[in-house]
Amino acid sequence: MLKFDNVSMRYPEAGDVLRNVSFHLERGEMAFLTGHSGAGKSTLLKLIAVIERCSRGQVLLDGQNLNLAKDRQVPYIRRKVGLIFQDYKLLQDRTVFDNVALPLVIAGYGHHEVSRRVRASLDKVGLLGKERKYPAVLSGGEQQRVGIARAVVNKPPLIVADEPTGNLDPELSAEIMHLFEQFQQVGVTIFIASHDISLISQMNHRVLKLDHGQLVTS
Amino acid sequence: MKHVTKKPLKQEQRWQTKISGGNFVDKFHAYRNLHAHALFSSLGRLVASRFSSAMTIVVLAIAISLASGFYILVANLQQLAGNLEASNQISLFLKDDISEGKASGFANTIRKNPDIQDVKLITKEQALAEFQAYSGFGEAVKTLEKNPLPIVIQVWPKKSLENEQALKALLDDFGRMAEVDFAQMDMQWVKRLQSIMEVARRGVTLLSLLLGAGVLFITANTIRLELHNRRDEVVIAKLVGATNGFIHRPFLYSGFWIGFFSGIAAWFIVTTIMLILKQPVENLSRLYDGAFHVLFLGFTETLALLFISSVLGVVGSWIVLHFQLRQLKPE
Ligand SMILES: Nc1ncnc2c1ncn2[C@@H]1O[C@H](COP(=O)(O)OP(=O)(O)OP(=O)(O)O)[C@@H](O)[C@H]1O
Ligand SMILES: [Mg+2]
Repeated sequence: MLKFDNVSMRYPEAGDVLRNVSFHLERGEMAFLTGHSGAGKSTLLKLIAVIERCSRGQVLLDGQNLNLAKDRQVPYIRRKVGLIFQDYKLLQDRTVFDNVALPLVIAGYGHHEVSRRVRASLDKVGLLGKERKYPAVLSGGEQQRVGIARAVVNKPPLIVADEPTGNLDPELSAEIMHLFEQFQQVGVTIFIASHDISLISQMNHRVLKLDHGQLVTS
Repeated sequence: MKHVTKKPLKQEQRWQTKISGGNFVDKFHAYRNLHAHALFSSLGRLVASRFSSAMTIVVLAIAISLASGFYILVANLQQLAGNLEASNQISLFLKDDISEGKASGFANTIRKNPDIQDVKLITKEQALAEFQAYSGFGEAVKTLEKNPLPIVIQVWPKKSLENEQALKALLDDFGRMAEVDFAQMDMQWVKRLQSIMEVARRGVTLLSLLLGAGVLFITANTIRLELHNRRDEVVIAKLVGATNGFIHRPFLYSGFWIGFFSGIAAWFIVTTIMLILKQPVENLSRLYDGAFHVLFLGFTETLALLFISSVLGVVGSWIVLHFQLRQLKPE
């Protein structure tokens, strides 16, 4: 599903952020990415969503070499990747419904289809009934679940989350992780960057560890 | 379908999104949905920020109505000049000592000239009566002891005599005749008026270009502000897979709405001004031969006005999107 092949990433200002990173995530696998702050976790995830492109090596998503993707293909690659962020990245002036609907509207789904899928997605994250609320009146955990609903509403084969529980208390974090496991059970590939070692160790999943841009365990 | 696979669909396959493909009808529906979304969401935002939208639209409407107002003004003047053009007549003002009998004989001689279509003699009395009726100096004229007006012979050259030099030669011939005080071709001042009109028309074109550029940049700046205000939205939309087209569309539609509504407002401004001017102008027209009527923006001109303002709006926002959105990366 996702393959990194000797990937290096250099920022002119910060030097080599990733060095010769190679790993392979199978379809339906769930894996964590850990490492110290500044190890390059976010940078690695950005390569998957083609927010950045690597300087050497290649990133393959579903067999497609992301380095060679043309700019106009990038949106279609991003539709295959459900992105989840630590700061949720919700539109504050839109309702929960509209936030979750965004990927569907972008893909050009009709009104009824959008409505049906948004409801299904909100149901999965346990937020059905909050569609008309605005993000500002929701708790952090609820906002993150809106973010997750938005990431899965388009049914992408891969979900990528960068510190999804960074702002949540341990109980809520465990709840969110459990939600990801449920998605894994229906065949979605899950890749989560987190430095919450205790939470990761409780769960029985593959762990990739970055240290100064190099993969030390996989 | 020849054979239905017995193996149930794996869950992951059902989960897969329809990222591309789909049949033509689906694609058409998706395309239509996207456009409808952009069209109405941009209209919605325009309404939501009605105060600033209204201010922009009023400024644009004033600029557009200036251009179209001058256009219609020139069109009206041109109509006036057009009416005058029909009479390329020559007026011969006879010397004071020529009697009416002599004048009528003189008119008959002219009539025999093969270049002449028609001749009309206007006696002093007729001229005075006409002057009294139309000039508004009726009472004042009555107090005059002596009729100051000369006898006038109006001469219409044959239509075949189009050549300007030939007309001029004819005019000069008339001017040299003993009975004639001076000869005047009405064509001359029509011509002069026409060249003034030509200048005015060019002026309108230049003014329109200038104001059009103004409209373009005001729209561009409005869209730039909107883009700035909605930066987060643009970035998030890009992160969840929005194409440039999807990002551009609402802004282009915003530009369209701004231009379109400005065009409508400008139409109302111009039409109101024309309605206010209509009565006095018609009064003035009645004093002369009444052939002049106030021209309003016609159907085609109204369509052109709306079309041009909408296009300016779209182009203005396109310029901004072209130069600004390139720099806007998700990070
Ligand atoms: N856009 C950028 N330009 C230049 N340098 C960058 C950029 N983004 C990240 N870096 C550098 O790359 C290194 C890795 O950053 P990254 O955000 O990937 O770390 P991280 O593992 O996600 O850290 P954290 O756990 O704090 O989120 C850092 O040293 C950072 O300064
Ligand atoms: Mg990070």
